[in-house]
Amino acid sequence: MALLSVDELSITFTGRGRRDIKAVSGVSFDVDQGQVVGLVGESGCGKSVTSLALMGLLPDRGVRLGGRAEFDGGDLLTMSQSRLRDLRGSQIAMIFQDPLSSLNPVVPIGVQVTEILSRHRGLKGAAARKEAAHLLDRVGIPDPTRRLKEYPHQLSGGMRQRALIAMAVACAPRLLIADEPTTALDVTIQAQILELLKELVDEEGTALLMITHDLGVVAGLCDEVNVLYAGKVVESAGRRALFEAPTHPYAHGLLGSIPRLDAPRGEPLKPIRGSINDRIDWADGCAFAPRCDSYTLECLSGAVELTEPREPAHHVRCVNPVLPAADVVGADVADADVADAADAAGADVADAADVASESPVAAAKKTEAPS
Amino acid sequence: MSTKTDKIDRLAELTAQSETSTGSSLWVEAMRRLRASKMAVIGGCIIGMFVILAVLGPWVAPYDPTAQLWRGEVRTNQGIFIGMRGENWFGLDHLARDQFSRILVGARQTLLVGIVSTLLGLAIGALIGTVSGAAATLGGKVGGRIDSVIMRFIDMMLALPSLLLAVSIAAMLGQSITTVMIAVGVVQIPIFARLLRGSMLAQGGSDYVLATRALGVRRRRIVLAHIVPNSLSPVIVQTTLSLATAIIEAAALSYLGLGNPDAAVPEWGVMLAQSQKYFDQAPMLAVYPALGIIITALGFTLLGEAMREALDPKLRS
Amino acid sequence: MLRLVVRRLLQLIPTLLGLSVLLFVWLNRLPGGPAAAMLGERASEADVRQIEAALGLDQPWYVQYGRFLKRLVQLDLGTSSQTGQPVWDEFALRFPATVELGLAAILLAVLVGVPLGYFAARRRGGWLDVAAVSGSLLGICIPVFFLAFLLRAVFAVELGWFPSFGRLSTGMDATEVTGFYVLDGVLTGEFDAAWDALSHLMLPAVALSSIPLAVIVRMTRASVLEVLGEDYVRTAESKGLHQRVVRGRHVLRNALLPVVTAVGLLTGSLLSGAVLTESVFAFGGIGSFLKTGIDGRDYPVLVGFILFIALVFVVINLLVDLAYSLIDPRVRVR
Repeated sequence: MALLSVDELSITFTGRGRRDIKAVSGVSFDVDQGQVVGLVGESGCGKSVTSLALMGLLPDRGVRLGGRAEFDGGDLLTMSQSRLRDLRGSQIAMIFQDPLSSLNPVVPIGVQVTEILSRHRGLKGAAARKEAAHLLDRVGIPDPTRRLKEYPHQLSGGMRQRALIAMAVACAPRLLIADEPTTALDVTIQAQILELLKELVDEEGTALLMITHDLGVVAGLCDEVNVLYAGKVVESAGRRALFEAPTHPYAHGLLGSIPRLDAPRGEPLKPIRGSINDRIDWADGCAFAPRCDSYTLECLSGAVELTEPREPAHHVRCVNPVLPAADVVGADVADADVADAADAAGADVADAADVASESPVAAAKKTEAPS
Repeated sequence: MSTKTDKIDRLAELTAQSETSTGSSLWVEAMRRLRASKMAVIGGCIIGMFVILAVLGPWVAPYDPTAQLWRGEVRTNQGIFIGMRGENWFGLDHLARDQFSRILVGARQTLLVGIVSTLLGLAIGALIGTVSGAAATLGGKVGGRIDSVIMRFIDMMLALPSLLLAVSIAAMLGQSITTVMIAVGVVQIPIFARLLRGSMLAQGGSDYVLATRALGVRRRRIVLAHIVPNSLSPVIVQTTLSLATAIIEAAALSYLGLGNPDAAVPEWGVMLAQSQKYFDQAPMLAVYPALGIIITALGFTLLGEAMREALDPKLRS
Repeated sequence: MLRLVVRRLLQLIPTLLGLSVLLFVWLNRLPGGPAAAMLGERASEADVRQIEAALGLDQPWYVQYGRFLKRLVQLDLGTSSQTGQPVWDEFALRFPATVELGLAAILLAVLVGVPLGYFAARRRGGWLDVAAVSGSLLGICIPVFFLAFLLRAVFAVELGWFPSFGRLSTGMDATEVTGFYVLDGVLTGEFDAAWDALSHLMLPAVALSSIPLAVIVRMTRASVLEVLGEDYVRTAESKGLHQRVVRGRHVLRNALLPVVTAVGLLTGSLLSGAVLTESVFAFGGIGSFLKTGIDGRDYPVLVGFILFIALVFVVINLLVDLAYSLIDPRVRVR
């Protein structure tokens, strides 16, 4: 039995006088003890909403949840708020994307760390402060006792994210959800933070649900990967299987759009055309069809189910998957080079993060995010 | 070949059905949201009725608003007032004039006071704000100094309670309707100036201004063609809200005895102020003009608040 | 901290100097000039001449301005033409009444407005929210003096629940210590006097608080709504903290920052309102004194009042800024 087992999760935003918006529908995945599972997709694909739903942090009104999310014998989606409050911070913790806005600007770092210690571990006063200093030290913040008295604006971006991580791991949670923990950071800092997360996961055996748009992060960290598009899993596989043989045209395109140093000079990048707004309803066919190079009429006639066209446990939601025989565009992409690149990235996170930061998706994200 | 066209047709059909829509311009979007807002609709209706009243008032009033037609019936010194009755729907005022006709005719003057004083405040305030904002964003060191001198002055004006500023201006100019308009208008100057400057500073720091500067667009053109138009939405909101405060403030000035002494032209603020003397005997004399002022001010406030919400980029989905 | 105070006090000087120039110009532009302004409009031609000579009004303007400024620094605001007493003394006599009224009004506005705005935001779109929003819109749109008349007519004249004018009932024997009657009553143990003063204070304070209350409700509501959507509130929730910690430490603490500033800025409108409210209730403060001053064209009182109010406004905003720098660490550093 997996630690977290998400089954047919659906999240619908309902508004008065507006059409319901299906943010996520029929998403299923498992996270085991000590495992790192990636949830990958571009902004707007429903990955952050999924994490908030698991934490019980979506507003009560205007949101309809469906499916189950089993954790520790309970369903996170239907659990009472008071039980969720007991779980949050102690069993499940979360790290957010923007460390500056995620920290309370008028409360010292120390208080923001000790409040979780006193809530879940009953530590008070000097004991709590000592433990908080220890935590800051553990996530690599120098001079922790002084930092405890400082405010978020006095810390650098990397420090802030470290402080947030310290809060998340304060009660040794069994599941850690990280929602784009490195997106708002400089590339060099990104690598350090990923290294830290990897360390913590390895030492504590914590399960990590990594939400990212950054394939470099996936390559460096994740055991299992779920690629999301428009609120549905379009491909799910082990890391190696995905990087060696991306089978859904979207996953295939994502990998193909990463610039590579070993590509011949003058060869153009292969971006995925259009944006996530060019989509159709999943009930009518494949939502990716408007951006797909190889869609057929079959793609547009009714819902597409997950299948295993290549090998067991490699699920793909596509009528015309990119298979070795039918491989037209991706012949040079799905070859061993990528797998090597992925391996190299896995060995050295800094490299991977570097590569990914150049990817169009990442670049687009950066210009979008107000600094 | 036919499958290909089928494919494209089917795709186009499904994409059109999809819920995602492309973005529309700020103003089109704001108008759409404004029409959907209950507050805006109510406010707009009130303002519409008020404007119609102001235009048609003198023609539909059953009596001459200045004629003391029932002089024998009202004796203020004995506390005898005439309330509602057949021919006088709102009763008679302290000088035995038909209150209903005075309310109808008074709408025009009230609207005029509101509009003229607000426009005065807007014009001068916007001018000062533009100069200050332009100097601060693009004027370099000298501009910064100009800006800080102007802002000191504006702060000084803000440091005075608006009513007292108005009172001192009125004391200087003497009693008249023009005085009230000027006094109320001057009070609005610092508000508009600060607002526009603040908004321009925010725009001036944005990336697109940096981009136009990098492209070598001339500074005057950047200010007039880019910064100012993009800074206007809070000013438009404030103008609507100011119409409400101007009418209320004019009434307060009238109460302090600085309003229009000319009895020939009825105005709600003056009517309200004059009727206070007889409030204990004939409260309705005060209630009618007060209701007029409150409802009108509410109309402008509702519309202004709805506009603020409609134009707030943070609230756009 | 001290440096901030000193810097802010230094910034005051140009503002006050500018204000004195404005007032000087204003006095000289008044119908009949400053001499008539000092003597009142009924002064005879000869009196005016004599005063002009005595005041040195034939001298160049900068000499005159210098003299004007010197008198201001010495707190010599001239003599009230209504009472014949120095304006400063008149103010000192009436000051506590206005402060008492203003404090009561702002206290009422904060104590009612902040919780109302908070709960309205928490249940956005609920009946309380609708009531709070429409109530505050109405509060802004009712002329203060009309509201005062209305309250007096209903609760004092008609229902008789509160006295309709003054600060104390006639015949109430109260010892004066500070001039704040409610406080005096408590200090001296004359609780009946304190109660009496409080009941006199009630209606004017309610009338005067209408605009600050409306502003604070809307401000708190908007601010809480904004903070509720902030990432750090989500972080706090993700830590599983108890609701009262999330609400108190993370929501309210941040949401009240702009409200603190608003309270300072409201001082101006509060003092304007005091002029109107005090005169309706014949509440013996500076406000009603000014109203009679305006009626009687008592210019020294007007000038004194304007300078005085500007000073009060500036000092209160200085205090607010200091308070702000204590509660918002981001300001402290600069």
